[in-house]
Amino acid sequence: MTLIDLANPTRFLSLTARLLPWLAAATAILLAIGLYQSAMAPDDYQQGATVKIMFIHVPNAWLSMFVWGVMSLAALGTLVWRHPLADVAAKAAAPIGAAFTFLALVTGSLWGRPMWGTYWEWDARLTSVLILFLMYLGLIALWRAVEDPSRAARAAAILTLVGAINLPIIKFSVDWWNTLHQPASVMRMGGPALDRAFLIPLLVMAVAFSLLFLTLHLAAMRNEILRRRVRTLQMMQASRRSA
Amino acid sequence: MTALAALIRRDIKIALRVGGGALIGVLFFLTVVVLMPFAVGPDLALLTRLGPAILWLGALLASLLTLDRLFMADHEDGSLDLIVMSRTPLELTCAAKALAHWLAAGLPLVIATPVLGLLLNLDATATSAVALTLLAGTPALTFTGMIGAALAVTLHRGGLLLAVLVLPLSIPVLIFGVAASEAAITGPLSFGAPFSILCALSLVSFVVGPFAAAASLRHGLD
Repeated sequence: MTLIDLANPTRFLSLTARLLPWLAAATAILLAIGLYQSAMAPDDYQQGATVKIMFIHVPNAWLSMFVWGVMSLAALGTLVWRHPLADVAAKAAAPIGAAFTFLALVTGSLWGRPMWGTYWEWDARLTSVLILFLMYLGLIALWRAVEDPSRAARAAAILTLVGAINLPIIKFSVDWWNTLHQPASVMRMGGPALDRAFLIPLLVMAVAFSLLFLTLHLAAMRNEILRRRVRTLQMMQASRRSA
Repeated sequence: MTALAALIRRDIKIALRVGGGALIGVLFFLTVVVLMPFAVGPDLALLTRLGPAILWLGALLASLLTLDRLFMADHEDGSLDLIVMSRTPLELTCAAKALAHWLAAGLPLVIATPVLGLLLNLDATATSAVALTLLAGTPALTFTGMIGAALAVTLHRGGLLLAVLVLPLSIPVLIFGVAASEAAITGPLSFGAPFSILCALSLVSFVVGPFAAAASLRHGLD
């Protein structure tokens, strides 16, 4: 089974139909374990119980960047290899990535309220995640602006790759801007070494969220393929009626 | 080479002609700057402090406003198809078109800056610092904006979509443009570091912009 075999949408649909229940079950089990461990984790000596937001916040933030990476690979698949499912993958990933980014922002802001005393701080990380969110929304707007999916796919692929080049530059610029405007840096999670009591639940949650993304992504790809089939059938019916 | 020179000359001529709309950007720049005191109040000290930021924002918006003319007019009269089909590499053609667009629409913004600096009560050092950073930074705005313009023309959508796609990409230019101007006026950082990064951003956009725009035109116009 190689990537080329998956180019046939029908084969992809039957494979994912068998795979999805298992993936969903594994996601649910891991999420349950991770949430239980996070709830049982000890309170931080400085931040108290609010530190538990981290177990939701950090996986969301990781995935917000990971999804852009997935979309960049899919963009290469569209432009270079012309893989028929690459643009379906890219289109299905964009709203999921935007949702993860949004959740990272919301949980970060809820965490910031008790820690910094404000919901929003123009902190370098928060700001670059906000810009990432804006770029996701721009990409979704591009997908929605054009009716023909293959035309939109190539435009979105180019924008995704340009974004992949630009995102590190933006991140670096925002870091610079932040040190320029805020010499006193905002208090962050203490120290480089995270205690094992926090690290293990965090890793479990990270794996669980990655599985969640995989499950949602495959399901969204199935929906997109089916949606395109429905559209083609409707177009055929419309043309038959007019003929 | 002569083909590219001819293309640049043609684009500049069209832009400066009646109906070309290159100078509307400058007029828009002036209007934005004039609007600012109405929003923040006529306090000259405050305007001096905000001056570089206002000028940079105005130039950013003005260059965004003229961007969709970069390919749209050529697409409407069909000459864009000829340009895409010609033997000259499309990347070079795109770079030439962007250069012509910058000469016609970006350079006037830089030239207008000293006059607008007077309105914002900036002294000679501050005005020249802002003008210098705009001179180094507006090419980056044009060359990254060109990617958005090429995407918009292949999708037959201009206007708001273009702005939404291009503005996040121009954040680094804005940050370092304003940082370099502020450094020249008040310190404490040196002017050199942010200014060099601003130049580097322009150079990077010279490489990335034409390739991405050419790829977008090639994939989109069939």
